[in-house]
Amino acid sequence: MKLTGSEIFIECLKREGVKTIFALPGGVVLKIFDTLHQQKDVEVILTRHEQGAGHMAEGYAKATGKAGVCLVTSGPGMTNVITALADAYMDSVPVVCFSGQVPTSLIGNDAFQEADNIGLSRPCTKYNFLVKDVNDLASTIKEAFYIATTGRPGPVLVDIPKDVSMAKADFTYPNSVSIRGYNPTYDGNKWQIKQAAEAIMKAKKPILYVGGGVVFSGASQELIELAEMTQIPVDMTLMGLGAFPGEHPLSMGMLGMHGTYQANMAMHYSDLVIAIGARFDDRVTGKVSEFCPHAKVIHVDIDPTSIRKNIHVDIPIVGDCRTVLRELNQILRATVNGEQKDLRKPWWDQIREWQQAHPLTYHQEQDGPIKPQQVVKRLYELTKDRDPIVATDVGQHQMWAAQYFKLAKPNRWLTSGGLGTMGFGFPAAMGAQAAFRDRLVLCIAGDGSIQMNMQEMATAVVSKLPVKIIILNNGFHGMVRQWQDLFYEGRYASSYLDTTPDFVKLADAYGAVGLRVKKVGDLDAVLKEALATDKPVIVDVPTYPYENCYPMIPAGGCNHEMILEDPPTLKEKQSGGAKVTPEDKDTVLTA
Amino acid sequence: MEHIISVTVENKFGVLSRVAGLFSGRGFNIESLSVAPTLDPSMSQMTIVTSGDERIIEQIVKQLNKLIDVIKVVDLNETEFVSRETAIIKVHTKDVDRAEALRIVDIFRANVIDSTPTTYTIEVSGDPKKIEAIINLLQPLGIKDLVRTGRVAVAREPVRPAVAQAKKVVRE
Repeated sequence: MKLTGSEIFIECLKREGVKTIFALPGGVVLKIFDTLHQQKDVEVILTRHEQGAGHMAEGYAKATGKAGVCLVTSGPGMTNVITALADAYMDSVPVVCFSGQVPTSLIGNDAFQEADNIGLSRPCTKYNFLVKDVNDLASTIKEAFYIATTGRPGPVLVDIPKDVSMAKADFTYPNSVSIRGYNPTYDGNKWQIKQAAEAIMKAKKPILYVGGGVVFSGASQELIELAEMTQIPVDMTLMGLGAFPGEHPLSMGMLGMHGTYQANMAMHYSDLVIAIGARFDDRVTGKVSEFCPHAKVIHVDIDPTSIRKNIHVDIPIVGDCRTVLRELNQILRATVNGEQKDLRKPWWDQIREWQQAHPLTYHQEQDGPIKPQQVVKRLYELTKDRDPIVATDVGQHQMWAAQYFKLAKPNRWLTSGGLGTMGFGFPAAMGAQAAFRDRLVLCIAGDGSIQMNMQEMATAVVSKLPVKIIILNNGFHGMVRQWQDLFYEGRYASSYLDTTPDFVKLADAYGAVGLRVKKVGDLDAVLKEALATDKPVIVDVPTYPYENCYPMIPAGGCNHEMILEDPPTLKEKQSGGAKVTPEDKDTVLTA
Repeated sequence: MEHIISVTVENKFGVLSRVAGLFSGRGFNIESLSVAPTLDPSMSQMTIVTSGDERIIEQIVKQLNKLIDVIKVVDLNETEFVSRETAIIKVHTKDVDRAEALRIVDIFRANVIDSTPTTYTIEVSGDPKKIEAIINLLQPLGIKDLVRTGRVAVAREPVRPAVAQAKKVVRE
């Protein structure tokens, strides 16, 4: 029996086990939506903006480990979803995005709502397809899911012209995929793994540096075994949070620009860096020429281009983190004995010293303004037993969340690392909530970034996705203000947001629940009320506007040279309660 | 240092833009690039002349390998190879210069492939130095048009793909 292109599309989704897609219709995809409307196997979550659809697919993918799917129309639909695709590409998130295209006969004619979807998405997808013939549709979708979810995962775009979605073809779904130019390496080179094991046995000051690759390959158990067996401290990247339990005694927390003191010091002074599924991003390395000056580097990554891109690597291992760690653990199990513990005692003494010298710190006065760290800390303590999924936007609040929300398990942490996309958190949280209707999903946001995808509150209310948003509201683009205070003599160019909107009323307007924490003493009660609500909630927490996020390694600085607190001039400026002055506001000529 | 990289790719639309986009997006150099189908019509052969230090070339090879439409990458500098470039040069020749032009063509074993009362169109193949040399000699006569193919190259003996690690195992 022949099926239309849009029926084939849905059959393919069913074969791939897709239960939920995030979508927004338009002229050239109406046929697909019409077909979706007449079936019950695939749920359609109608978003209010295509960027939201893209981030929801990302959140879904990060929380489930499966491909997230979004569907958008041609032209503006496509250009709107580009940010989410670029974000997924940077953070290796498996997303399959379907875009509508004008009929094949009109492609290239500057037709209404036409855009060169393939050209636009080429630099921000792992691969993309234009389907010109309905007979190729099924095999193309099969390949799209295969490419998105294998090797180093990433977003794949499938562009479907209107006439292809309407034309008919016989439907057969291929069982397997073979692409001659695409054969990811999963098994690491055995000889290299042996070299790595020997280096680990000999190292006096080793450090594990683990990233998102551990999360995506499901290698957490193997990582815990490796660290415990060899007694090696674990530094996590922003993307790697949750890969190793945050409360584990071997955990150093996050490293990098706003990483903990001990994580960065241990990295800098180590003699062996064991990088697993991490890519030596500039936010981690700081000044490349002075990065880990005493260390040999082992690098395990499934993407060969990650190896030796930024940093010289002594023992490269191309392969899947989980497969390689299993192999490595097997060798180590046979050789590890008590000696390593003695060998590394001075190293651990040093690390404990660093830990005690400069733990993460902030000062919350009893009646003073609410400190943002206090909010994250209390939220963590109140929810940790419920194993929540935590999404963040980008900025100060993200770094505080990374520092104080100590995740115990992988796939609980939804954040935009590589691209640093403000507006990511809320839709990503909704994507995760759509996958796990019964779980607690939190979104820690700033007053700046939440407004970048605020429209999705309508989706949350209508589609019953009870995400709990906690806004650390400091009236600023906080991270921008922090840099301006530290590096631009405190001139707040376009970073002051003032006090609009009223987030409580806004939540109310959308049919969600809005709550506000008026003083620090009310914090627990309000958070508990929010957590007990089964609707989407915004908790607006006005926080101390001038709190800065430390430790901080200035851009291009060296990892052991962290700023640990406000410099004296800044302290003086803010003593006695700094207030926003008229000079802080931007010049508005027609005021 | 200059490297000649031979890339076997899928012969389908958009592949050239993926390769070119990779080079422009990552700030790699392209000195010349030539593409044509191979014996197998489903594949094309690209010859890319590029330059960079060892680390950049390693990245170029790895990044090319990472492209899904790329089937094989060979860094010809790792082996012995022969390369050729062809130029077609249209020279404006006054009566007094016509004999001189033919003499130059003769010396360089080039061919005159078209002739009009006021022009010769000359075809020359060789390594880039030879082509530069004939251009320099013909320039005083007046070159009206000049087109060059960019280099194509082939290894003298069968070779394994460059940085075999990229698709199989890590070397070293």
